[in-house]
Amino acid sequence: MAVKQIVMGLNGDEAVAYAIKQVDPDVVAAYPITPQTIIVERFSEYVANGEVHTEFVAVESEHSALSACVGAAAAGARAFTATAANGLALMWEILYIASSCRLPIVMAIVNRALSGPINIHPDHSDAMGARDSGWIQIFCENSQEAYDSIIQAWRIAEHPDVQLPVMVCLDGFVLSHTLENVMTLPDDVVKKFVGERKFVTVKNHFGKEVPFILDPENPITIGPLDLYDFYFEHKMQQIDAMGKAPKVIEEIGKEYGELSGRTYGLVHPYKLEDAEIAIVGLGSTMGTAKIVVDKLREKGVKAGLLRIRSFRPFPVQQIIENLKDKKVIGVLDRAVSFGAYGGPLFSEIRNIFYDQDIRPLISNYIYGLGGRDMPPQRLMIIFEDLQKIAETGRIEKTVKYIGVRG
Amino acid sequence: MSEKITIKDLAQKPDLLMPGHRLCAGCAAGTIVRLVLKATRGPTIITNATGCLEVATTIFPYSSWKVPWIHNAFENAAATASGIEAAFNAMKRTGKGPLAKYEHVDVIAFAGDGGTYDIGFQALSGAFERGHDFLYILYDNEAYMNTGIQRSGGTPRCAWTTTSPAGSVIPGKREWKKPIARIAAEHEIPYVATASPAYPIDLVRKVRKGLEVEGPAFIHVLSPCTRGWRYPPEKTIKIAKLAVETCFFPLWEAEFKDGEIVYTLSAPSERIARKPELKKPVEEYLKLQGRFSHLFRPKKREDLINEIQQWVDREWKLILKRCGKL
Amino acid sequence: MSSEEKLPGWREIPIAGVTYKPSTEYKTGDWKVYKPVINYEKCTKCMFCYTYCPDGAIKIREDGFPEPDYDFCKGCGICAEECPVKAIEMVKD
Repeated sequence: MAVKQIVMGLNGDEAVAYAIKQVDPDVVAAYPITPQTIIVERFSEYVANGEVHTEFVAVESEHSALSACVGAAAAGARAFTATAANGLALMWEILYIASSCRLPIVMAIVNRALSGPINIHPDHSDAMGARDSGWIQIFCENSQEAYDSIIQAWRIAEHPDVQLPVMVCLDGFVLSHTLENVMTLPDDVVKKFVGERKFVTVKNHFGKEVPFILDPENPITIGPLDLYDFYFEHKMQQIDAMGKAPKVIEEIGKEYGELSGRTYGLVHPYKLEDAEIAIVGLGSTMGTAKIVVDKLREKGVKAGLLRIRSFRPFPVQQIIENLKDKKVIGVLDRAVSFGAYGGPLFSEIRNIFYDQDIRPLISNYIYGLGGRDMPPQRLMIIFEDLQKIAETGRIEKTVKYIGVRG
Repeated sequence: MSEKITIKDLAQKPDLLMPGHRLCAGCAAGTIVRLVLKATRGPTIITNATGCLEVATTIFPYSSWKVPWIHNAFENAAATASGIEAAFNAMKRTGKGPLAKYEHVDVIAFAGDGGTYDIGFQALSGAFERGHDFLYILYDNEAYMNTGIQRSGGTPRCAWTTTSPAGSVIPGKREWKKPIARIAAEHEIPYVATASPAYPIDLVRKVRKGLEVEGPAFIHVLSPCTRGWRYPPEKTIKIAKLAVETCFFPLWEAEFKDGEIVYTLSAPSERIARKPELKKPVEEYLKLQGRFSHLFRPKKREDLINEIQQWVDREWKLILKRCGKL
Repeated sequence: MSSEEKLPGWREIPIAGVTYKPSTEYKTGDWKVYKPVINYEKCTKCMFCYTYCPDGAIKIREDGFPEPDYDFCKGCGICAEECPVKAIEMVKD
């Protein structure tokens, strides 16, 4: 039985800020960048009104924002930050350090195009640039999911099998600045769900098994120099943790579902069971696409979609299970990897199907860069293309760019 | 800490930096850190920027630190320290969390001139502006020593480094040493000081003062480097002393009190202020170091040595004025 | 390659790069070419040698006299240079 929830009119940023308010982390260190600014502003108001106990650090750059979070999390605090686009790019080196130091930091990424030219509108180039950094990446369809995922993120990050930082991504402006009805849990329910941060233990250099905290009572050394004799082993530990993350994400998603009535997983299929053609993608466009799928279904077309929620770790089994028997799938990429054959999501999906005996035809559609709008009409073009491919059994052009002039 | 502390008193205090680290034989940084840690007064957490100290004391799986210690990246010792300080504040406020059990936790950031003058300057300035309660120790060996002696904003003029070599046309670094301690003082933080490992009691007293003060504190410590400055390792303390005796590196404190930055000369430099005949010519300091050898061989460059002497005199006069000695 | 194989595997070491050995297990004493020898007749127990040693490689004995720890002493010679009564001599190791 889901608990009683309160509907609030919130945009994506406000929903994130409200979720953080309810979690009440020890430290928030953030630097403003459009379209994340509302998160920082709203949270500053909570601080100024004494509604949270958080120590808010108005850092002088995004690099320092994540650096401060690393210090705070290492000292045993719950630490949160938020950024977008070039802010994420600026903290790039620290992303790798945060994940290699196994710190359960939570960060909201309000997806925005990377400069240049400078563009404040949504696309996934920023998060894609961070996909190798060892962070868990969750992509949200709507502000409701952003709210729900921010709350779940702490449990995922702090899980003893995981101990990795988590970034929760929501599309800039489309979600961050658009008002939505968001069902919010009561404060005490959120508090109980996230609980207190629990610590794993490590063996320190005095031979003692101590909590993994910078605690003067049991000193540890974090961030040493690795030579070629140990770096690889340290990376294996991160690989192992990422390998354990899918199960944890699903477990937490289920537990959250029992609480709220909204269950979350690694992937979210929509009308996919008997679908013959389907699109796969991340983020808010998949929400828009549901309407297109419905329209097609009315016309008798067996269309469906698979929204991937967890991009890292990449849900290999779930994607194969959901898509293997489809005739054609169209992979939507809202980012480009210059010089690569197709977009990042396309490459990964093609990759996992290589070993399968049964696999669909896989077509790539790169769309929406720099906030180029993706209305239902444009999505319909993609589905029509998939239908044509299904009929002919051939893909004329594997990588297509939707919505660009010229 | 009582006003009068002696070398023998210091020797009683525990050594929180263990031997077995891989700093060069004769590296001042080792001495400096041992002394700084002897001035700690309770629970302490260290953040350390990338550099000689960080790398040499924590080669996995070994560590020399008897206190909790984190290395994050090169340019963010101050930002990392800000995060730790914020974490402690939050836990004190809520009464929950692993650090809540402490009445107070001292946060010390160690960084070299690379991580302070140049790449770390932004984080340093930001942390000062936000007023975090932490102590920042700059161990200044006047170049990016860990990567092989490249010039930094702290390298003095005419010094040879690998990126400002003394060639046939250009005699070493052209730029002057950035007055980092004065810049720190102009941030109007509670406490700024300069120190030298040749005066251990003075150094320790300043560290304790920096810890006791509420808000940011900054101590600029000269850290002679036998490899990069090109002198035999046993001369490290001698050179650290000569730097003060020639007023190349005067010792002073600056405290922000009642809206004013109040400068005070420290005893070793105060002696020279009272008796100017004690001030040694900078040439005595330069001629001991291989990085300045091109000023003496094949031909003595009086012009360049004079330039440096003038700079030293100008800086000294400025400090004397601020300390009310002129 | 064989020396690498004797090292622990990734499941056996702490996570997050946390160090698990004190540096005192790494004897830097074999770096030195010259070693300090203290003449206890001259030594006044001023403790400057102990204070200036970058490695903390001078211990204080029960009787209050300093004693070089040759396991860690790198032979830099600062102690000999700074001793006010010249009680320390650097001798070939």
